[in-house]
Amino acid sequence: MSRAPVVTKSATHADDERLADAVRQVSAVRGRGLRRSVLVGAGLLAATLVVFGLSLSFGDMVMPIGKVVATLFGGGDGGSQFVVLELRLPRALLAILVGVAFGLSGAVFQTVLRNPLASPDLIGISSGASAVAVTAALLFQVSGLALSASALTGSLVAGAAIYLLAWRQGIAGQRLVLVGIGVGMGLSSIVWYVMARSEVTDAQEAFRWLAGSLNGRSWNQVWPLLIALGLLVPLTVLAAHALRPLQLGDDAAAGLGAKVESGRLALLACATALAGVATAAAGPVGFVAFVAAPIARRLVPGRGAALPQAALTGALIVLVADFAAQHLLPVQLPVGVVTSIIGAPYLLLLLARANRVGSGG
Amino acid sequence: MEKSQDEKPQDERLRDERLRDERPRDEKPQDMAMYREDDEERRGPVVAEHTLEARDVRLGYGEREIVPGLSVAVPPGKITVIVGPNACGKSTLLRAMARLLAPSAGAVLLDGRSIQEMPTKEVASVLGILPQSPTAPEGITVSDLVGRGRYPHQGWFRRWSAEDDRAVAQALLSTDVLELADRSVDELSGGQRQRVWIAMALAQRTDILLLDEPTTFLDASHQLDVLDLLTDLNRERGVTMVAVLHDLNLACRYADHMIAMKAGRIVAEGRPVDIVTAELVGEVFGMRCSVIEDPASATPMVVPLGRHHIKDPAA
Repeated sequence: MSRAPVVTKSATHADDERLADAVRQVSAVRGRGLRRSVLVGAGLLAATLVVFGLSLSFGDMVMPIGKVVATLFGGGDGGSQFVVLELRLPRALLAILVGVAFGLSGAVFQTVLRNPLASPDLIGISSGASAVAVTAALLFQVSGLALSASALTGSLVAGAAIYLLAWRQGIAGQRLVLVGIGVGMGLSSIVWYVMARSEVTDAQEAFRWLAGSLNGRSWNQVWPLLIALGLLVPLTVLAAHALRPLQLGDDAAAGLGAKVESGRLALLACATALAGVATAAAGPVGFVAFVAAPIARRLVPGRGAALPQAALTGALIVLVADFAAQHLLPVQLPVGVVTSIIGAPYLLLLLARANRVGSGG
Repeated sequence: MEKSQDEKPQDERLRDERLRDERPRDEKPQDMAMYREDDEERRGPVVAEHTLEARDVRLGYGEREIVPGLSVAVPPGKITVIVGPNACGKSTLLRAMARLLAPSAGAVLLDGRSIQEMPTKEVASVLGILPQSPTAPEGITVSDLVGRGRYPHQGWFRRWSAEDDRAVAQALLSTDVLELADRSVDELSGGQRQRVWIAMALAQRTDILLLDEPTTFLDASHQLDVLDLLTDLNRERGVTMVAVLHDLNLACRYADHMIAMKAGRIVAEGRPVDIVTAELVGEVFGMRCSVIEDPASATPMVVPLGRHHIKDPAA
């Protein structure tokens, strides 16, 4: 087929009008989306602050919120200072930080691997942390900061192993999830083996850590996690620049000029480290990483990865779960048990829905 | 079919060029396509078009070699269609030209430079690719998906500008999906979804667009819609198109330049009217057929001949 040489049509006035109108429409749609995500973010932040305040004022000794605020700013008597600043504040802060880390980590895993099952607690990252931490605690009597370090090491090693095992000239989300679940099961069996061979009292201690607990956590856990997040969150935000194209699949992303493999590796490394530091501080708190991002995405539909909202949702989930674990339930439970009570039904729902759609996740 | 005088010689030039691949690398091949032979006085670039060619590329996945060494130049400003039977290497060649697949030998040259060695965002601002059946992330809106086409034009800190809005608006207008802007891609029909993906590729504002089976899974009328849309874009903006198509007759109708491949090799290339014969279809597809003139477009039309339903078996 032949045709005349290319002549750019001189844009008529009507065309200009149409384009200007379309531009207005496009930026209006974008503005609406942006407004919604800011509003949802603000709402989540406000809810987090409210529950944060409640966690500081509730306990064996209920303190009015005014007194809590006064104590935070240096007022109050010695007793209330001890209760708020030494007992409740580090625990509540830790809940927020752990939630942010898990929420962000899960959101990155799920969007990079394009699979709702891809979350560090399901694909073996948390199992890696558990295996190394439990082994270190029970066989080598490691505790405190060294225990946290071993949990972090475990998750990073597990993450690297899963990545390498799943590598076949590139990473496919489906394969990485399956490999991760397999590795996770293998690592869990190590955990149970070590526990079975230990003294009952030691094993019980390890068991409490494994459930994911904020009990007895102090500033010793808050500071390292705060510093780690101060480093990891900005890195994740930078790496997330490649998330927008990566979400479209490898070919489309490469076509858009994204560095697919290195971009994905950077994101997965950040997400693994985030899950690792959170696990190191509070144990493998189950299902937070898994449910935070889907909830956030439902609150801001059509906005892609919704990382800030997922991080805030994670914080809110852990805070509420820990508050419920301490004050609302008849027995004091580790926070991880409560989050699992929330998370497990969601997993079943997801699997049931995937079966119905026939997509298998 | 009206024939403009300048096209035939150009096709011959392209064929000659493939034969002369041994020439020194510094002789820029793309110059040839940018000049018009019939006008000696006007020896200047007609349009500052980008050139894309594959030179002696060997392509495969792992141990499996699919294209054993092939050279081809894409005529700038035209619609090139690659046809061939399944597994003949046509998508593999397209993927290599889009630098989604690195050749084990040889190179794909964009404006004379190897695309594997160019910064990937620089390639992406000249060359766009619409992959085969892409999948959108769950729940993404049309305008968000199309907006991601702006990625190569955005830096780490300059994230969104008025220019981006304009490019997205224009892409939505050209593909006639503006009224779907805030709808979720999941809710759209197959034809709408394909238009949205083309809009994303358009928002990238590249001069070259590669499309891997853009009409697969579409019904007949949507196939025509997509091909008409691509032709509009080619004629109005001079976008160079390379598409892999399955439907031979649509390929004959919409291609300015056709490349017929079999078993990793190019069997013939040129204008469909010049190359599509019953012998070629027999050789490439292993199918008996007769070739008649398409009553609508006066391009070749392939009428397949199976073993049944033939009114005169001798034909």
